[in-house]
Amino acid sequence: MPTITLQQFMFGAIALVILGSAILVATLRNIFHCLLFLALSFLGVAGVYLLLSADFLAAVQVLVYIGAITVLMMFALMMTHRVMTTDISQSLTQWWLAPLPIALGIFAVLFRVYVRHGGQALVDTKHHAVPTTGIIGQALLTRYMLPFELASILLLVAMVGAIILAKEDKSDDPA
Amino acid sequence: MDNYAYIALFAVIGVAFSIFVMLLSWAIRPHRPSKVKLEPYECGEIPFGNAWRQFKVGYYIFALVFVIFDVEAIFIFPWAKELLNFKAKGLGVFAFAEMMIFIAILVVGLIYAWRKGVLKWD
Amino acid sequence: MIPLEWYLGLSAALFCIGIFAVLSRRNAIGILMGIELMLNAANINLVALARYMHPHILTGQVFAIFIMTVAAAEAAVGLAIVISVYRNAEHINIDKITTMKW
Repeated sequence: MPTITLQQFMFGAIALVILGSAILVATLRNIFHCLLFLALSFLGVAGVYLLLSADFLAAVQVLVYIGAITVLMMFALMMTHRVMTTDISQSLTQWWLAPLPIALGIFAVLFRVYVRHGGQALVDTKHHAVPTTGIIGQALLTRYMLPFELASILLLVAMVGAIILAKEDKSDDPA
Repeated sequence: MDNYAYIALFAVIGVAFSIFVMLLSWAIRPHRPSKVKLEPYECGEIPFGNAWRQFKVGYYIFALVFVIFDVEAIFIFPWAKELLNFKAKGLGVFAFAEMMIFIAILVVGLIYAWRKGVLKWD
Repeated sequence: MIPLEWYLGLSAALFCIGIFAVLSRRNAIGILMGIELMLNAANINLVALARYMHPHILTGQVFAIFIMTVAAAEAAVGLAIVISVYRNAEHINIDKITTMKW
């Protein structure tokens, strides 16, 4: 019984971190602080994966989201440094209340659907803590072989496209 | 799950300890600021300009190439874990070839970046 | 044991905060941050449902890995577009980028 309470307590704490920092990401004025809280939010999601005994996925979350995507966004922010000063408005100045009912409405719909239909899915499974890496590898190499190879083509296209878009033209740019 | 509880405990103790030490040193140290003391420390160099200067786009492209190969790595980990199992089942060549195709496609991108000259610094 | 609804509720809340960020931000990088939050919410949903419905087939986790791949590609190209826009327009305020508006 105490372990169950501990798990639920940890879920609550992690959920608080995720949602709190996500709200700060959506509302803070300094976009650089937003980015730091985004990283904290990603870390919380990694904690949720651990609670769901998805250990490989938690490591991937830290590796890809915090280690790569956040760093990429940080570099992009430094490229566009002039927008980071807080005196330039980062959010809607007029009608800023309009997105709030939209978001709350979608939340109400989702929540209602989940609570009503999620109840049937409560097949309480046995505690299984196998390392998931091998099973994922097996799935990637057999059943999901085609998506696996397509992922590499997607990454290739993203790399080539982003290089073309971000590379400066030496011909007409003196700097 | 219990092992992760230890990690969480460790993280909490680590954060609490560092906050405690910083508060303690803030409480007992003397506070006499001067202009030299307040400068950012740059390994003895005299700093100039603002920290938020315009950065070269080359930094972004390096980060970009890193991201792509970081994502490639997360596919390689489970493959490396399973390769011997596939070999035991007589499918070793198949699994190996799959990953080689995967890597070959991405090497095309690396060659492209190289030929475009974005890997050169200056 | 944590009820499945908790995970789904967390994911719904995170998704809606992401929507709010996307709708209210004017900085293009802020919008990309909101999109990342929404993708994370979808990932939590996938992993939680896979864990509770089919605990021995990790389809949800494999899907989550592919979503992360797509998210990385999306962030790379999206931020490259932002940098390219910044180079041409000297700002990345999406309300003022109206050249392609019909």
